[in-house]
Amino acid sequence: MDSLVQLAGIKKNFGDANALHSTNLAVERGKTTVLIGPSGCGKSTLLRLIIRLIEPDAGTVAFNGAPITPENIDMLRRRIGYVIQEGGLFPHLTARANALLMARHLGKAAPEMRERLSELCELTRFSENLLARYPVELSGGQRQRVSLMRALMLSPELLLLDEPLGALDPLVRASLQKDLKEIFTRLQQTALLVTHDLAEAAYLGHRIVLMNEGRIVQQGSIVDLREKPADAFVSEFLNAQRALVLT
Amino acid sequence: MKSFFARNLLVGRDSVEPSDKSAQRSFALPILFFFATIFPSSAQSVTIGSKKFTESYVLGEIARRALNDSGIVAEHRQGMGGTIILWEALRGAQIDAYPEYTGTIAQQILKTDRRLSLQEIRDSLAKLGIGITEPLGFNNTYALVMRRDESRRLALHTISDLQKHPELKFGLTHEFLDRHDGWQPLRERYQLPQQNVIGIDHALGYAALAKGAIDVKDAYSTDAKIGENNLVVLEDDRQFFPRYDAVFLFRLSLPTLTVAVLHKLEGTLDEARMIRLNAEAERTKNYTRAASLYFDGGVTSTIPAGENFPHKLARWTLRHLELAGISLLLSVTVGVPLGILASRGGAIGHAILGFASVVQTIPSLALLALLVPLPFFGISARTAIAALFLYGLLPIVRNTASGLQDIAQPIRDSAIALGLEPVARLRKIYLPMASRSILSGIKTSAVINVGTATLAALIGAGGLGEPILSGLNLNDHATILQGAIPAALLALLVQTVFDLLDRALIPKGLRL
Repeated sequence: MDSLVQLAGIKKNFGDANALHSTNLAVERGKTTVLIGPSGCGKSTLLRLIIRLIEPDAGTVAFNGAPITPENIDMLRRRIGYVIQEGGLFPHLTARANALLMARHLGKAAPEMRERLSELCELTRFSENLLARYPVELSGGQRQRVSLMRALMLSPELLLLDEPLGALDPLVRASLQKDLKEIFTRLQQTALLVTHDLAEAAYLGHRIVLMNEGRIVQQGSIVDLREKPADAFVSEFLNAQRALVLT
Repeated sequence: MKSFFARNLLVGRDSVEPSDKSAQRSFALPILFFFATIFPSSAQSVTIGSKKFTESYVLGEIARRALNDSGIVAEHRQGMGGTIILWEALRGAQIDAYPEYTGTIAQQILKTDRRLSLQEIRDSLAKLGIGITEPLGFNNTYALVMRRDESRRLALHTISDLQKHPELKFGLTHEFLDRHDGWQPLRERYQLPQQNVIGIDHALGYAALAKGAIDVKDAYSTDAKIGENNLVVLEDDRQFFPRYDAVFLFRLSLPTLTVAVLHKLEGTLDEARMIRLNAEAERTKNYTRAASLYFDGGVTSTIPAGENFPHKLARWTLRHLELAGISLLLSVTVGVPLGILASRGGAIGHAILGFASVVQTIPSLALLALLVPLPFFGISARTAIAALFLYGLLPIVRNTASGLQDIAQPIRDSAIALGLEPVARLRKIYLPMASRSILSGIKTSAVINVGTATLAALIGAGGLGEPILSGLNLNDHATILQGAIPAALLALLVQTVFDLLDRALIPKGLRL
């Protein structure tokens, strides 16, 4: 497997609680990997460890084979897109300014930025007319599209998405799931997405990583998980959501 | 007797001296010192200082006028404070001369309870580089006064006569009651039998005396009220009260010609004349004009006595804005970075917020008083600006810190995850997002500064506090309002300007 990111022996405690036991994981290049599991299973922690919003207690994260360190992290972050549940848009900036923030910071040429922005608007199906609006003037779905544009602006090698659709109503959510899938496919995007929704995981993920209590319980395709569950928890987790899967 | 005011030096008792204690206490304001001129001293001219009460103002004006008339450039820094302030200013060459009283010199400056002769005083002062004139001619001492008709009816003319009238009600100022050379020793010396003794404000005491609520009160022998209210001074037949002969103290390094002018004032002012000048000063609220009565024909001084009101108001207001503005600028320059540091929490954050809070708990008068003795500061606008700067600090530091701390974690995560360096995160994301809170802190500081800047007049820094203090000093409400109303309007204006500034400076996305 050609992996872009490799976690080796990554471990994190919050106080006395084991948020993440020693964990190994490879994120396959060009594919969508989905982290799924009940609340508090450590899936978001794992994502935040990769982009170093939290420091691991032990282990390494390698990006393109080179370990991520505090020294190179800011450079690497510019090659990683990050989208969170409520979008994390900066309220004092317009949609355009949010999307272009890093490009401007890095001094990209204006025509280049304009072109890229309009490309992304088309890709994320965000109306260019709304670019002058502030986050508070946009709907939840629109905000997530802007957030996605911001994450994709610098053509990141890796896209991290932490419950990106978690706060949206079912119709908007379904439409965005479809759009995400198209975008990932079109861009051949390496993506690591966190969700607690099995249907979403099954729809978007080439590979599903099921976590429980700070450990990876099983990884594989949705068929693998359903046909060859590693333990009782896997079956239980899948069964709990079967109704959703089948509807 | 004036000496025991010294105990409370920077909280104001010290400054409460003859003929003018009324204003202070009737406003229940522990006003420390001074009220002073805004004209900075220039090297060549002679600077006369005065204490913060009518008589001292008038004497200071007389000296200035006398010097001017002799062709010597002189300025008068009015109402700089109490004895210690003036004495230190004289020794530190901030002023060249000021009017003083012999009793005060002995007790407060030379710190002796002995009654020194003028020669003894002169010898002691000479060692300190300070000279003293002969008495100007009047003795402004404590006295007991009563209504003229009552004194006539009871045939009561001396303090000893009071022994025969135990039924008389005494209303004495709190200072007089407390002083170690006040009521208690006086009572012992004269064996006074009166039991009905109450403490009462000086100004209220005069009113109570007029209405007959009390029969005897303490006064300064040159109080203008004595004449106005038809009172008599009871003779101190056992010489209990020490002499408080008015004199000028001056720096011995002054040119002979200058000193000669001061000497010419010796023996030219008796009690009656001084009472008249004090009364004129209190009536007209114009010390220059009162002082001019001293000179032949009462010709007005070379310096215009009556600066017109709009001009004065403009001068006060500009000065006020200057004080508040400079201090605010400093508060912002220092407060915002401190707030950023404080927002990170930890020991340093707590220390910063703690320090700013402690400064805020110091009463503004006390803060001024604490700064005045420091070498760099003294009696100047600098001190006022420093005090205002310290006061303005807390709201800005606290609001900057809390504005930054209030930024939600997901926003911080997003800013970090984008790969923005710490400085860029602060500049592009955090500070704009905290701008509303920071600006509201600055607004609070600005309004506080505009209000508190009125106290700058206490240390001679001018501003709208000038008429307020002058009014307090003269017990004249109209004069107080000349400063208080513009100061209040200014605070409202500042508020409005900042509300407009909010629109310009707070990003639109945060105002929707």
